[in-house]
Amino acid sequence: MATTDVGLHASAGRPAVAPVVNNMSIQVATVNGSGSQSSNTVLLRTIFQMGVPVSGKNLFPSNIAGLPTWYTIRANKDGYVARKKEIDLLIAMNPETARDDVMSLTPGAAVLYDEPLKLSSMRDDLIFYSVPYDKIVAPVCPEAKLRKLVKNMIYVGVVAKLLDLDMAEVDKALRKQFAKKVKAANLNLAAVQAGYDYASSSLTKADPFRIERLDKNHGKIIIDGNAASALGCVYAGCTVLSWYPITPSSSLAENMIEYLKRFRIGPDGKATFAVIQAEDELAAIGMVIGASWAGARAMTTTSGPGISLMSEFAGLAYYAEIPAVVWDIQRVGPSTGLPTRTSQGDILSTALLSHGDTKHIMLFPASPHDCFEMAMDAFNLAEKFQTPVFVMSDLDLGMNNWMSDPFPYPDKPIDRGKVLSKEDLDKLGGFSRYKDVDGDAIGYRTLPGTQHPAAAYFTRGSGHNAQGNYSERPQDYENNMERLRRKFENVRSVAPAPVVEKMPSAEIGIIAFGTTHWALTECRDQLRDEHKLATDYLRIRAFPFSHDVADFVRSHKRVYVVEQNRDAQMFSLLRIDLDNELVAKLRSVARLDGLPIDARSITDEIAAMEEK
Amino acid sequence: MATTPAAPKTNRLGLSVIDYRGGKTTLCAGCGHNAISERIIDALYEMGVQPERVAKLSGIGCSSKTPAYFLSRAHSFNSVHGRMPSVATGAILANRGMMALGVSGDGDTASIGIGQFVHLMRRNLPLIYIIEDNGVYGLTKGQFSATADLGSKLKTGVVNELPPIDTCELAISLGATFVGRSFSGDKRQLHAMLKAAIAHNGTVLLDVISPCVTFNDHEGSTKSYKYMLDHEEPLQEINFIPAFENISVEYDPGTTIEVEMHDGSKLRLRKLEEDYDPTNRIRAITRLNEAKEKGEMLTGVLYVNTKAPNFLDMLNITEEPLATLPASAVRPGPEVLQQVMEELS
Repeated sequence: MATTDVGLHASAGRPAVAPVVNNMSIQVATVNGSGSQSSNTVLLRTIFQMGVPVSGKNLFPSNIAGLPTWYTIRANKDGYVARKKEIDLLIAMNPETARDDVMSLTPGAAVLYDEPLKLSSMRDDLIFYSVPYDKIVAPVCPEAKLRKLVKNMIYVGVVAKLLDLDMAEVDKALRKQFAKKVKAANLNLAAVQAGYDYASSSLTKADPFRIERLDKNHGKIIIDGNAASALGCVYAGCTVLSWYPITPSSSLAENMIEYLKRFRIGPDGKATFAVIQAEDELAAIGMVIGASWAGARAMTTTSGPGISLMSEFAGLAYYAEIPAVVWDIQRVGPSTGLPTRTSQGDILSTALLSHGDTKHIMLFPASPHDCFEMAMDAFNLAEKFQTPVFVMSDLDLGMNNWMSDPFPYPDKPIDRGKVLSKEDLDKLGGFSRYKDVDGDAIGYRTLPGTQHPAAAYFTRGSGHNAQGNYSERPQDYENNMERLRRKFENVRSVAPAPVVEKMPSAEIGIIAFGTTHWALTECRDQLRDEHKLATDYLRIRAFPFSHDVADFVRSHKRVYVVEQNRDAQMFSLLRIDLDNELVAKLRSVARLDGLPIDARSITDEIAAMEEK
Repeated sequence: MATTPAAPKTNRLGLSVIDYRGGKTTLCAGCGHNAISERIIDALYEMGVQPERVAKLSGIGCSSKTPAYFLSRAHSFNSVHGRMPSVATGAILANRGMMALGVSGDGDTASIGIGQFVHLMRRNLPLIYIIEDNGVYGLTKGQFSATADLGSKLKTGVVNELPPIDTCELAISLGATFVGRSFSGDKRQLHAMLKAAIAHNGTVLLDVISPCVTFNDHEGSTKSYKYMLDHEEPLQEINFIPAFENISVEYDPGTTIEVEMHDGSKLRLRKLEEDYDPTNRIRAITRLNEAKEKGEMLTGVLYVNTKAPNFLDMLNITEEPLATLPASAVRPGPEVLQQVMEELS
């Protein structure tokens, strides 16, 4: 007879504490390459379908098979979807990490473990459920080599029983996951059922966690940021994508290739796009710049190491005034170590990327919805201002699943910026590439191939006059750089505006950007509920900063700048940008351990600083 | 008695050679690069290439300045050191109607640019890539480049002890479909080779030995005018007959190889070396290696393949330039978005 190991706080058959409904974190500890991703997605989707807000975060190593991986699902009735530090239900599948995983739990948490791991004796303040996976999987999966994969579906069934998930929803989620692979779906479903049956007959519910149907997800979709970005780029009319594989940005390019193949083949059966896997990031950005110069909407996608390699070209594009869209799915540091962990660590280096007086437009998406819309903003800004635009996503946003409202059809037209046609040239007779004709510091350009004898101009780096002719004259350089400065200033008022959320009579402000947003939403409620501290919040969505940012700082006593890096990069950028008396009001909360930031850490730090 | 001045000579587009000229050169008097610019002007003029249809692309170095000295009516992009191939690739993808002409040097190609160069050669994009090859860095005053021959001597007496990179051999082995070597002083050969290059539909790599009169034209240099005059071994006598000239002249298949180009032009190679077949890739590579052993400076059409698919065809790109596709062609409709949203719900 199977046993149920029950810890200190529960006696058989009866939960010792009040039920905890729709508020929990589930962590699946496994090894990568073991095929647990489908199981985790099924769990996530089931909770989603039951109308409970949910998020899933994959903490994975830079490896293909055999190293520890954790997948965390957070279900929360209030809609908090940031990472929560405390785990309520651990599914311990990895013998290598099981002991550490169990030791890190807070008292009262539940552990589902593979029977041979014999974890129940480790602590007496947890609730343990033992599951003999190998015994359960054998009868439902006669093919031995598939058992390793199918085994993961057993825990879906066990969890479904323990948390009271609706099995009809599990069935629906699983069929969606396996789409047209009916045979695989049936096999996996049998495994889920076996797990469920085992839990029904052999486990006694002793933990307080339950999922109950809500109606908070009506009409919503689940998508990761990279897929949303890819879809946005397709809708932005991108025609050239050059890329070099790098985690965590590769799936943006791969998703985009899928979408382009599906939706961007013309009536003649020919592609209205070109995708090229470049030999490195130097070439990837070079191709983007060549294509943009020749008039295509071109982009690349990369991460920090690629951004470093793109530095020289980014400067050339800034000086020569060539559009480019670069997605930076930020991750931790160079080389090996934490390349598969999230970060907001490229802010300062990207803002000023390259040599000389260069500065670049950056957009900061916080959600898949932002990713989709900012794709269009990025191309429009790049072509309008004839300069590179960097979209600063991150691994947490790019590679994890997020709930989202469906994306509305883009209402912004495709703005190709100031491009003179043959007909324009017929009227004008000629043009000066870098002359500020309209007083907005943006010159007119022509595209190669324009059939007019006066269409051509010579593109080069830092030394040119308003006509685009080679010049090393000090005055020409100064004039040009002054115009570029004015051009950059003009971005402030048209780039995506910050979003401000207020609380009544708040004197304290918080500034954040990107995925930090999700922890911050929760953190502000904690500050209000636990510390009686009302806060206003401004989410930066673009650099150069809107004047609203300065106004926000001006109108608050202190402003905390929260970000996911060590050196307070956004804080530093604000210090460069803001007047001294405003800088004096800024405080930094900058932290990064490679995991998505959690609300508790921010709350505690701000509360401590406020109490001083 | 007043005389009417003769109308200037024009090509098939009604343009005169002036329409193909560029700005005044700022290179040293006697620089081989200037001769190459002249040949480019003549070839484009004679082939009747619409100047506005050309995109000139270059990296950094003396060679890469030269696009300013020819064809002012074409857009030009002086990019960064060693990275012209990527810029050219992007430009061609954006507008497949352009004729891309890349100008680089031996340093720009074989050292800093070797990574992009080899990958460009693999793709067989329609592009003419000219290396103005003098074996030294001119703009930084005379350091060896990676194409300098073993034993070649700098003005300072320093001898090169590292083996050279043979850009032609690399290009042939990696997939370029028209590979030639010439000499800036061989007016006739270079002229014919450039015309054939213009007619080719794929990647053309022309390595043109172009002596640096300031830093590498002395005794002991293997890239000097004198060395080239003494050691040049042309493989063929090259004749090019453009499709639009519609001339049919008999030739002797025993002594001449005729290659029909993509546009119907004819490339006629009168063999100076009896058993050399420029359509045989393996043989071309072997012959280049033999020449290296013997200290010969082989010139001529080393390899040509007019049948290989180019990269644009492989990508199945629409005929209209991607750059100017209307919004209606590049933004899918609301029903498509609706469908994707339903799949994700």
